[in-house]
Amino acid sequence: MTTSDALLSLSNVNTFYGQAQVHFDLSIKVGRGHIVCLLGGNASGKSTTMKIILGLVKPRSGEVTFDGASLIGLTTPQIVRRGIASVPEARRLFADMSVRENILMGAFVRDDRDAVAQDLDKMLTLFPKLGQRLSQRAGSLSGGEQQMVAMARALMSRPRLIVMDEPTMGLSPLYVDRVLELIRTINQEGVSVFMVEQNASLALEIAHEAYVLQTGKIVLSGPARQLKDDPRVRDAYLGGSEAA
Amino acid sequence: MSSWLDYTINGLIVGNVYALVAVGLALIFGVSRLINFAQGSIYLVGAYIGWVAVVQLHTPLPLTIIVVAAAAAIVGLIIERFGLRPLQNSVRIAPLLATIGISFVLDQLVMLTFSPNPRALPSQLPDVRFQVGGGTIGPLDLLIAGVGLTSALLLFVFLRYSKLGWAVRAASQDRDAAMQMGVDVNRVNQAVFGIAAALGGVSGMLVGMYYNQIDTAMSLQATLKGVVAEVVGGAGNVPGAVIGSLLLGLVESYGVAVFGTSYRNLFAFLLLVVVLVLRPNGLFASARQAPPEPLTGTFIAPSRPVRIPRWALLLAAASFAVLPFFPVSFYVLQTLINAWLLGMLALSLTLVAGTMGQVSLGHAALLAIGAYTSALLSLTLNVPVGLAIIAGGLMSAALGTLLISPSFRLRGHYVSIATLAIGEIVSLVILNWESVTRGPIGISGIPPLSLFGYDLISPTAIYWFSFAVMVVLALLQGRLLSSHLGRSFRAIRDDDIAARAYGLSLNRYKSLAFIFGGFAAGVSGGIAAHLYSYINHETFNTQQSILALTVVILGGLGNVVGAILGAVALVGLPEVFRIAAEYRILIYGIVLLLLVRFRPQGLLGTI
Repeated sequence: MTTSDALLSLSNVNTFYGQAQVHFDLSIKVGRGHIVCLLGGNASGKSTTMKIILGLVKPRSGEVTFDGASLIGLTTPQIVRRGIASVPEARRLFADMSVRENILMGAFVRDDRDAVAQDLDKMLTLFPKLGQRLSQRAGSLSGGEQQMVAMARALMSRPRLIVMDEPTMGLSPLYVDRVLELIRTINQEGVSVFMVEQNASLALEIAHEAYVLQTGKIVLSGPARQLKDDPRVRDAYLGGSEAA
Repeated sequence: MSSWLDYTINGLIVGNVYALVAVGLALIFGVSRLINFAQGSIYLVGAYIGWVAVVQLHTPLPLTIIVVAAAAAIVGLIIERFGLRPLQNSVRIAPLLATIGISFVLDQLVMLTFSPNPRALPSQLPDVRFQVGGGTIGPLDLLIAGVGLTSALLLFVFLRYSKLGWAVRAASQDRDAAMQMGVDVNRVNQAVFGIAAALGGVSGMLVGMYYNQIDTAMSLQATLKGVVAEVVGGAGNVPGAVIGSLLLGLVESYGVAVFGTSYRNLFAFLLLVVVLVLRPNGLFASARQAPPEPLTGTFIAPSRPVRIPRWALLLAAASFAVLPFFPVSFYVLQTLINAWLLGMLALSLTLVAGTMGQVSLGHAALLAIGAYTSALLSLTLNVPVGLAIIAGGLMSAALGTLLISPSFRLRGHYVSIATLAIGEIVSLVILNWESVTRGPIGISGIPPLSLFGYDLISPTAIYWFSFAVMVVLALLQGRLLSSHLGRSFRAIRDDDIAARAYGLSLNRYKSLAFIFGGFAAGVSGGIAAHLYSYINHETFNTQQSILALTVVILGGLGNVVGAILGAVALVGLPEVFRIAAEYRILIYGIVLLLLVRFRPQGLLGTI
């Protein structure tokens, strides 16, 4: 894959929290129409990668481009307007707003009211369970239902890329399968997906490519099919220092 | 005699006025987790703009309201843009301190422009009263109720149906997630500051019309009442702020009905302290709401303190000790005596706020307790002055710690609110407890300083005495900080949960810090009482608490030498530059603002 194919590309990103370096020359590419997965254990720098893409954390050096244009120096709202939506870690719904309001908040950057209303209906066919919950407080839903709302909310901006931080975390097995299925459906409709996951075997089921991050460095990358069978994957994402 | 219905109507009207202030505070707290101490200043500005409009421009009432709302909103936008937005990535205490600085600057600007004398603000409405049941109601009451209801309705529509209103709600529930939906948080902040200021300004104007009087003391009162109402309703909760305000208005009104006017504020602050202690999230917070974010930890600006060699400190101390042998004027000695007294207060505050992380805004109350104890003991029981001052220190340590102890479980901004309220309560008790404190008359004829039977009357003697006391207190505090106690204090400041996990008892260490700090402040107050020979309930006021805080931040929070340096600088420099007294508070406010913005760690660094 060459750079021009890539929808999103991070190259040689170095990130610091104060004195501590979080990323070492991090380079990741997300191809158009692909599901790309970033695997890694705790404190490997996964969530910070999400924050870099969304402009919530600024890298000290390196380049982040989306659709060929640099994202460096843009604010989070500006990046969202470029076509990147997010499903944050632990969902982060607006707990005191209704489910309907939460989903519509996803369309905050859009001004085409009629199309937004149509998209809301579309979300209800994609996530039928939410239909009966529309006027309920988002905070009163179960974890799995909240995940559905978070995904619907992200789709409402008609993004070209969705970044997801551990979308299966804390969900019951039933919902884990459902969420993975939905990610695949979303992807088939043309949305690229970049997801950060700890649960390697599940993520590799649906991903096209994957990267393994260990203490801020990419130690393995390649097509998901290959990595699935690679014994080093297990070692690496469990954080064993002797791995790779 | 007025009927109960009259008191109820009065309570609801006053509550309506508080609501206009409190709703703004709640909006701002919701979005920024900031208690805007400048809200009362905007209210003051609104009142004076109203005065200009009515008395000088003769605008009709509807136009006056619009002018006041628009002008106040502009002030709010300026505060947000230039006072607070640059501090977004600063330590958590920075915006709070900035709003305090802004309020000083605004209040002083109003005072310098319009003079501190009260002015009449006519309401332009006919002076008639309608009979309603057993009570009466006038056009102004209806106007206030109408403005309150209209504002509430407009706010509801804005939050519920406008895009920006949605952004405000989303940002107040989860700022980061809102940004990820494309919400520009700066615009949200602008919106809430503009709305809060417009409501606050109109409120100030209405109050001015209600009492047909405006003066610059309104500002702090309004901030305090607004904060009380907001916290009672649950910080950040907009409908809660309205209910909290009405409740506060009623409690005050009934309190006045039963006990008299001078008790009005006492009821307000007692209500606040009771709510803070029993339900710190407010009366209407449900269990699901997250507890207020811990504000310790990143609270003060971390820095490497400036190392001052021991010989330099000794040299400085020696030079100040021998200063009176040189031909210096009494004026210089007098100025330095004031600096030493403020230095003792700063030592106390730098321990409590800096080392312990409990940013007290009511520290002047400790001065008052020490001063009254020492004055009364020497005056009525003929206790020798030296002993009386020590007793003042002990009383301040004991009573101060006792009063603050219910708030030990509070954190961050809540500590500041609680200490502010406790400071006000002390001053109000002094005002109302006439049999002991002589109430509003104050205590006069306090015997001069004396030591072992020798009166210290000459400035030189007073200079040495106060300097020596301050040096001893500073040395003691230095010892304390280098002991395991100092380490424990800092551990609790930096992470009280981790500190508790290591078995540190928060109550014990906070008590120890307040006992030591209370003693130093009480001694300072005691000396001051004998020096001034007259004190009353306003001698030690919130302005002094804020001045002490500025001193402590100037020197570097927690820094003992810094506290003394800050006191010398803030007392001395205005004298050196011969700055007129009325400009000093303005200068202090500006110094505080500049420090917070450009050097939050102070001159010598935080410890």
